[in-house]
Amino acid sequence: MPDPNFLQTLWFLLIGVLWVGYFILEGFDFGVGMLLRALSRDDTDKRMIIHTIGPVWDGNEVWLLTAGGATFAAFPGWYASLFSGFYLALFLILAALIIRGVSFEFWGKEDSPRWRATWEWTAVIGSFLAALLWGVGWANIVHGVPMNAQHNVTGTLFSLLHPYALLGGLVTLTLFLAHGAIFLALRTSGEMVDRARNVAVRAGGVAAALMAGFLLWTAIDQDTGGVKISALLIGVLAVVLAAAAPVLVSRGRDGLAFGLSAGAIAMLFACLFVELFPAALPSTTSHAFSLSLAGASSSHYTQTVMTVVAVIFVPIVLAYQGWTYWVFRHRLGRDDFEGPLTPIAVLSSYSGKNGHSTDGHRGESQGTREQPPGLPASDPPAAG
Amino acid sequence: MNTLELARLQFGITTVFHFIFVPMSIGMACWVAYCQTRWYRSKDEVWLRATRFWGKLMLLSIAIGVVTGIVQEFQFGMNWSQYSRYVGDIFGAPLAMEGLAAFFLESTFVGIWIFGWDKLSPRAHLATIWLTAFGTALSAYFILAANSWMQHPVGYVLNHATHRAELKSIWAVLTNSTVLLAFPHTVIGALVTGGMLVLGVSALGLLRNRQGKGPVDVYSRSMRAVLPLTLVAAIATGAFGHAQGMEMEKQQPMKMAAAEALYNTTKGASLSIFAVGPFEHFPKRLNTDIRIPHLLSILGTASWNGEVKGVNQLNREDQKKFGPGDYVPILGVTYWTFRLMAGAGVLLVLIPLIGLLLIRKGALERKRWFLRASVIGIFIPVLANLSGWIFTEMGRQPWVVYGLLKTSEANSPLVSSSSLIITLVGYTVIYGTLLVIGGKLAKRELAHGPEAPPSQTPEHGEGERTTRPDLILAY
Repeated sequence: MPDPNFLQTLWFLLIGVLWVGYFILEGFDFGVGMLLRALSRDDTDKRMIIHTIGPVWDGNEVWLLTAGGATFAAFPGWYASLFSGFYLALFLILAALIIRGVSFEFWGKEDSPRWRATWEWTAVIGSFLAALLWGVGWANIVHGVPMNAQHNVTGTLFSLLHPYALLGGLVTLTLFLAHGAIFLALRTSGEMVDRARNVAVRAGGVAAALMAGFLLWTAIDQDTGGVKISALLIGVLAVVLAAAAPVLVSRGRDGLAFGLSAGAIAMLFACLFVELFPAALPSTTSHAFSLSLAGASSSHYTQTVMTVVAVIFVPIVLAYQGWTYWVFRHRLGRDDFEGPLTPIAVLSSYSGKNGHSTDGHRGESQGTREQPPGLPASDPPAAG
Repeated sequence: MNTLELARLQFGITTVFHFIFVPMSIGMACWVAYCQTRWYRSKDEVWLRATRFWGKLMLLSIAIGVVTGIVQEFQFGMNWSQYSRYVGDIFGAPLAMEGLAAFFLESTFVGIWIFGWDKLSPRAHLATIWLTAFGTALSAYFILAANSWMQHPVGYVLNHATHRAELKSIWAVLTNSTVLLAFPHTVIGALVTGGMLVLGVSALGLLRNRQGKGPVDVYSRSMRAVLPLTLVAAIATGAFGHAQGMEMEKQQPMKMAAAEALYNTTKGASLSIFAVGPFEHFPKRLNTDIRIPHLLSILGTASWNGEVKGVNQLNREDQKKFGPGDYVPILGVTYWTFRLMAGAGVLLVLIPLIGLLLIRKGALERKRWFLRASVIGIFIPVLANLSGWIFTEMGRQPWVVYGLLKTSEANSPLVSSSSLIITLVGYTVIYGTLLVIGGKLAKRELAHGPEAPPSQTPEHGEGERTTRPDLILAY
């Protein structure tokens, strides 16, 4: 397999960084989504959970789109083989991301229990499916798929669902679940923290065990040129980080634990990327048909242009996304969301005598007690 | 249907659906930014309520636009892998730039805008909506640069060793004369789309509140502000569209000839206003054809007797140049989408113009026929956007990249028709559901209208005004 040149290696690295960034960021979105119903006692809990990721999930998803765009620009051959080859699997992921994305937007917009339950389930199922399928997908990319000499994948959706890939799916599923639970423990207060920690400890333990098995299998599975020491070391580090995160959660060190679970996700995918290199997509039909990074690459000029663009914009993006997390750094508590947030609650507060609680628009000011600046405090005044 | 036709149908459905919401989101983001700026400057709370009311509609549009945009980023690889391999060296670059420079910007800052009302200073919060609006427009630039390259490939070389087109000058791609006209035409058209939505929704509000109950101030204020902006934008959209047409006459003469159903090269060509022919790809004759003498030559070449090339001659020229085959797009589609777009464009100038005249007469809010027309006016720019887009894409056929790659050579060779049918049905069901729910939420939001002014004390029976189940801005 031809060795990639410097720019090709750089872009492989950069695309790897985009994927890792995506999985760290949307990983906790998936975990939070999956836990939306399981950790909630009532609508206030659910609102609080949705609010922990509300301001950021959309920006997090752009990491995926940028990874897709960067792959198109830097390795068009990879983009073409991968996405046409994983056709139905990718469709399922996209469908999951769509129903999950709109469920956060739609959930609070109507009050009936059926409406709420519908969009809770779409959030849970969408998050679950995406978290599982990303692992299945990446396990297949590293493992290789049946592919012909023109680099067109000849397998079907079901040929992607072999035990090794399914194990990979379970790894990302449990890892993202734990990651999301730790995020919730970090971003909420009160009882929710304990519930979230509980899940984090259990899911984190399972994730670490599954990951150890998966990465060991990966090391054995790669038949080209024996075991890669670098990949092995990174894999060991991934497992150690994944195992340490739940331990720290159980001691109440949520912040550090979150860093570790993020690190575990980063190392897991770093290990897979190192294993894959210098291939882009191995063919299980014949070694000769494998797609190399060098073979899938765009021209030197295009990669140079894109390098300049990335050098300018990646730091800017990181700066303002980091700033977002700084703006929304405060823990959310139930008292941020209690009160007549729902229309029905508002109506019932009118039928009662509590004129004080007629603040029907509180939900619009992001569930906090404060009105947005400039909105007169008298809006709306007491009815009683 | 074969796999190529299924892939085309899928691309058409997903892209057209996405494109309903793109111009609406760009236009509404700019309008919300405008309202918030007015509030920031004047501290007049009507503008704050306007910001929040229009903001909710903007968010609905952005939400559907964003989730359907995910599919766009991947479907070139999924359904058009040969295309991706052939042009990815060029086409991928603006797409990746869109992600890095624009998409991150709009998605991140719209999140801060929604949730940051009480966390940022008014000034910083105002900046977030402008950055969102800027991000949406910048997105459009990169996407149109990519699309313009398909209409008019520039800045590339053909590499015969790798069998693909390769980028020679990114600057040439980003300053393609085609995108320099397509961008203002599309984005200013998006402002018209947003403007007509604001006008129509305000009109609907005024029609419903004619007994004077409820806050009509937001509607009335919005309408008066949006009318002159929409008029200017509509005229500019038409002007850039005309310039595009003249440019297209040089770059893609077949598309223009097909748009006019001009069969044979003519000097002093007349413009067809209304024509119907047999229902075929390339009808040999027209049943009805009403024409205005010389107008096509004047529009296309700016001269009374200018020569405009006809479909038949261009087809023969293309056959000489590119080998045997049929190089004519579906005439009925190009002819009628072009007329729908241009006809809608005329209405989009007329409606705001009449509205401004009514303001002068002091009768804007009372003329119910105008308010009703404005409500229907919401759909006119959507029709113009979609027919314009379908025209420019289907008018390029049989090419996917004009003169370089045919659509029939571009799709994924091994994606089966069953896979295509599954995803086609899947996308259609999901998108259809989104449209129904989005429409339902928008309708409810319109029924509720903006918040009541703070001075309007909810007394007896007025209580439900402030307690109506409002579409909340955050979750």
